[in-house]
Amino acid sequence: MSVTDRDDAEVLEGLSSQLAMKTLPRFAAGYSALIAAALTAVIVALTPAQGIAGSLVILFLLYMVVQTGWSFAVEGRRFAVDRLATTLVTTMFMIALAALVWIITSVVIRGLSSFSVDFLTSTMRNVSPLREGGGLLHALVGTLEQVGMAALIAVPISILVAIYLVEYGRGKLSTWVTFFVDVMTGVPSIVAGLFIYTFWVLTFGFERSGFAASLALTILMIPVIVRSTEEMLKIVPNDLREASYALGVPKWKTILRIVIPTAFGGIVTGIMLSIARVAGETAPLLLTTFLSQSMNGNLMAGPQASIPTFVWDQISSGTPASIDRAWAGALVLILVVVIFYGLARLVAKLTAPASE
Amino acid sequence: MAKRIDIEDLDIYYGDFKAVEGVNLAIEPKSVTAFIGPSGCGKSTVLRSINRLHEVIPGAYTEGKVLLEGDDIYAPDVDPVNIRGLIGMVFQRPNPFPTMSIYDNVVAGLKLDRSKAKGKSLDDVVEKSLRGANLWEEVKDRLAKPGAGLSGGQQQRLCIARAIAVEPQVLLMDEPASALDPISTLAIEDLVHELKRNYTIVIVTHNMQQAARVSDTTAFFNLAGIGQPGKLVESGPTETIFTSPKERATEDYISGRFG
Ligand SMILES: Nc1ncnc2c1ncn2[C@@H]1O[C@H](COP(=O)(O)OP(=O)(O)OP(=O)(O)O)[C@@H](O)[C@H]1O
Ligand SMILES: [Mg+2]
Repeated sequence: MSVTDRDDAEVLEGLSSQLAMKTLPRFAAGYSALIAAALTAVIVALTPAQGIAGSLVILFLLYMVVQTGWSFAVEGRRFAVDRLATTLVTTMFMIALAALVWIITSVVIRGLSSFSVDFLTSTMRNVSPLREGGGLLHALVGTLEQVGMAALIAVPISILVAIYLVEYGRGKLSTWVTFFVDVMTGVPSIVAGLFIYTFWVLTFGFERSGFAASLALTILMIPVIVRSTEEMLKIVPNDLREASYALGVPKWKTILRIVIPTAFGGIVTGIMLSIARVAGETAPLLLTTFLSQSMNGNLMAGPQASIPTFVWDQISSGTPASIDRAWAGALVLILVVVIFYGLARLVAKLTAPASE
Repeated sequence: MAKRIDIEDLDIYYGDFKAVEGVNLAIEPKSVTAFIGPSGCGKSTVLRSINRLHEVIPGAYTEGKVLLEGDDIYAPDVDPVNIRGLIGMVFQRPNPFPTMSIYDNVVAGLKLDRSKAKGKSLDDVVEKSLRGANLWEEVKDRLAKPGAGLSGGQQQRLCIARAIAVEPQVLLMDEPASALDPISTLAIEDLVHELKRNYTIVIVTHNMQQAARVSDTTAFFNLAGIGQPGKLVESGPTETIFTSPKERATEDYISGRFG
């Protein structure tokens, strides 16, 4: 042991105490919550503040004040701000999640009460609103046909537009196309319905039909798919395009065989989100195909039912039996969207690049 | 199958910006030509205008001639897609196609252009190209695995295999070893030596030793100043350029006094 060795040890010790810093105990959040709860109890007992919601708000505010203040005193400003931000972000997330969970559980619980195989296989033909029974087969068929047709029209158009914008578009035309897509994104769904009603039905004189509804839904789908596809194509690295060109592959083939496969998963997800969005539209359907109590499998003629208009119709009848049916309808709508989404993820997964 | 290239009075632009000016250079068949010079002097730009890849950048164009065995590749009736099939390229960053397996990556050029694949067994092409790129032994048991799952050096050799699978006549390489470890770098240099027997090779490098080791001819590019176009200062047999260059700038650059 030499003198220098001891010096080194001392220096090291000094260093570690310089680096170490004061922190709150591990369960600081829990302690803060307890203190805040106690304070809340005192406040509720001594002041006119009452009720569960009010108490919760007071509890939350006190919790933030206690924890942030404590942290500020012990750990310093940066850590106090960090704890505050963490608390805010977590709380907001839980509020959003709670709303979602609440919606889904209430739809499932209430919907299940009148959900049955019968409900899926029968229509509302000759079923009085007052009676139980009946079903939404006609509405399910209508929604599948209308949304399917809308997707059939919107998907190719949107993907081609997105390809044009990302791969070819330069100058004025592409600026205008981008502008119109932006404007379309903001079109309220009832305006899309009115537009189709005015042109398709009033001006061209076609009858109201499921197909007219599909056209209105198409207007709503196009901007969503264009936008998401555009984003997906943009993140395909230019290196890959150039690598393909450098092999003597023409541009169109590069787009078809390299760019689109690379972006495929994202494109499919975008399409699914747009389908989920329009599957629940009600207003444009009422304008373009209205609703129906019986089966109409023909997309091209006559009023056709759909799940959203079914729900709307049942709710407006207002009898206990029909309100139950409305909830069951909402449940089926959610199921349809979920099944579609699952299928799409599956397709995307099966066609995705085989990753390690 | 190796062909010669003659560059005549080539000016290269990015929109209004003239990036490279007045290049005259003869590239001999079955030889390795190295492009050296400081960053930003236009080496990549010149390289990319040899296979008409420069013009895929919006607003980019060239003036002057690039002759492939006497024929101007910039003549109005020439299809750039054909040119790129004849003049292959390996990029600075390895860029295998992420959606494809190792196997499919190698034959991507053939599969995407069926006329090139006519009468060929793809299996043979894959083996031959991967052997040519010195990668066969490492990947022969996992050809169906994704190309993106290889190491950086392996990916770069995969890209070389992909480029030689279409049997180009000229192979352009833009700093192919700049992101690689010394062993992969040597593997690629060995590869360049071997490829030289069949191909005309142009290679951009920042590594003087590498240029000295692999190239027969060296071309030194330089910038007169910031915002000025890059120029070809001089070119000649690698030995001459490295031992007794004509220009002062070349000597300074090679001996590390600037750049
Ligand atoms: N896509 C582009 N658009 C506009 N200017 C560009 C573009 N690519 C390169 N340039 C410019 O052209 C000039 C030459 O660039 P180039 O990439 O050919 O240099 P380089 O010699 O390859 O450099 P490095 O050794 O760093 O790769 C530079 O001034 C650069 O800023
Ligand atoms: Mg470069």
